[in-house]
Amino acid sequence: MEKFIKLTDTAIPLETENIDTDQIIPARFLKATDKAGFGENLFRDWRYTNEGKLNTEFSLNNPLFTGTILVAGDNFGCGSSREHAAWALKAYGFKAVVSSYFADIFKGNALNNSLLPVQVSPEFLQSLFKYIKADPLGQITIDLEKQQILILGTGESEKFEIDPYKKTCMLNGYDDIDFLLSRLDSIKKYEEKQLEL
Amino acid sequence: MNKTLFDKIWDSHVVESIPNGPDVLYIDKHLIHEVTSPQAFNELKERKISVFRPEKIVATADHNTPTQDQHLPVKDLLSRKQLKELTQNCEENNITLYGLGHPYNGIVHVMAPELGITQPGMTIVCGDSHTSTHGAFGTIAFGIGTSQVAQVFASQCLLVEKPKKMRVNVNGQLKKGVLPKDVILYIISKLGTNSGTGHFCEYAGNVFEDMSMEGRMTVCNMSIEMGARGGLIAPDDITFDYVEGREFAPKGQKFEKQKAFWKTLKTDQDADFDKEFSLDAEDIEPMVTYGTNPGMGIKLTGTIPLNGGKSADKALEYMGFVPGESLLDKPVNWIFIGSCTNSRIEDFRVAAAYIKGKQKAGNVNALIVPGSRQVAEQIKAEGLQEIFEEAGFTLRQPGCSACLAMNDDKIPAGEYCVSTSNRNFEGRQGQGARTILASPLTAAATAIAGKLTDFSKNLN
Ligand code: SF4
Repeated sequence: MEKFIKLTDTAIPLETENIDTDQIIPARFLKATDKAGFGENLFRDWRYTNEGKLNTEFSLNNPLFTGTILVAGDNFGCGSSREHAAWALKAYGFKAVVSSYFADIFKGNALNNSLLPVQVSPEFLQSLFKYIKADPLGQITIDLEKQQILILGTGESEKFEIDPYKKTCMLNGYDDIDFLLSRLDSIKKYEEKQLEL
Repeated sequence: MNKTLFDKIWDSHVVESIPNGPDVLYIDKHLIHEVTSPQAFNELKERKISVFRPEKIVATADHNTPTQDQHLPVKDLLSRKQLKELTQNCEENNITLYGLGHPYNGIVHVMAPELGITQPGMTIVCGDSHTSTHGAFGTIAFGIGTSQVAQVFASQCLLVEKPKKMRVNVNGQLKKGVLPKDVILYIISKLGTNSGTGHFCEYAGNVFEDMSMEGRMTVCNMSIEMGARGGLIAPDDITFDYVEGREFAPKGQKFEKQKAFWKTLKTDQDADFDKEFSLDAEDIEPMVTYGTNPGMGIKLTGTIPLNGGKSADKALEYMGFVPGESLLDKPVNWIFIGSCTNSRIEDFRVAAAYIKGKQKAGNVNALIVPGSRQVAEQIKAEGLQEIFEEAGFTLRQPGCSACLAMNDDKIPAGEYCVSTSNRNFEGRQGQGARTILASPLTAAATAIAGKLTDFSKNLN
């Protein structure tokens, strides 16, 4: 897995709340059997009109906004467990998603793909939207070591939570399979004990 | 210490706890399907490791399958490729597959319980968020992402933090015409789509105790729609009677031994929950959703709330509704009775009982999709098929179908569908489709009337 230590970049605002995984990657694109190529269809039905034209009102299509940080409305990633949502965001180029709330499964999927979910307070989220819209070239720093997100232009910052184990994984690029494989002996012992019961 | 049902099952499955980190949780049953497994199999291949416990895995094909002509090769090339990969992966790894056409094929959350694969006290995972369905048996069952599917392939375990615990109590007498689907839509509309985040939810109270297993599955199925990782209900005689005698359930002496253990699976008095809610059964009426998340629900006879805020406005625009409006008498062109929420035999019995001797309205396309081959057989055996067909309903072969519209079963843009599925997200049933979630009874009554209607006066 790719490491994530510290990221300084501009951000793309997406103020919609309750963005579900069906919006992030619609089900009709889930027929692929590998992980590549989902970026093209990220937010497909918002990026394009029903006639297949680019929807210029959608913020990902707004040339003013660029960057590898997505700042999204409350309750991001609810709905289906499809990890394709995290793959699509990654493949499109995002490295971190900031919101005031993440659905559980999405959060786990993002962490397993080195896409950092940063949960901030509703107030801080509003400051971020204000900042990005006022200055689309304004940068944001996400420091995983310090668990801090900083608005460079205004100096406002906030701490964010992350499971200490997951933090170590992200910082070092380890993943859960490596860890679990190292525990096979105790897993087998557990199985034997269950058989005796 | 006093433990909850959830604690009892969780704690007995912890292989080890990482200090300051997650638990290594042992998984008793891993269910897989064609959409979320291929990349996990690839992961294993890339790492040159094999599946650790293939005998604990059961596969089905459901999400991406056609509901017509299942005996013919699948027309959609990408779907066909995905199904073929599932077959190959299962063969190479000695995994039992109930593929298309197999007598046990069906939606993963319908097929596993009816075969007795799902049993109380187990931990069950699947790369599908509605795995929470199996909680109806008093199991810890939850949906996982594809990376986690690969973890379970590799080690039969998952690294997970223990979730918090909540309990929802519903007591009292349900009104006539109020089904389990209405109960859960009501709970979500009251508590909200975030209320369960980070939690496992136990449902308690006489309403759930009196429910059939089918009804309990409907309730637990939608736990994820309030954000919970899963839901569960303490197993009791209704559970044991349901499991007994099923294909993969323990038999004879073994069953009795298991049953004695299953009886201990309930929340101790005074056990602690992080959150608790209590609702009255008398307040619940047939429910419908008016927006684009499952929490946006009202009584069928109610009106859309005023001042819902910015996201509500966006949802109403998509749905073509306005605040303050009643949905009664809204013409509806589609109804869908199916999905892992409501595609079990009981759901079709309720619908058929209402439909019998009536005709669907001319403007309506009424789609009936059983959850499994076994349910389809039962529909035939009980004479429900004739009732549906005489009323002008279309009976299809099993699968997820219009619940997520990965196959040809799509609702056209702009049209309304009263659906017994679990998600009314934008485009969920097809691009631009407008979904109104409801019970099988409400869907059946809508099909007959051609519009949303207060059917309570038609119940005998
Ligand atoms: S019926 Fe719908 S919700 Fe259930 S497993 Fe299939 S796609 Fe998912």
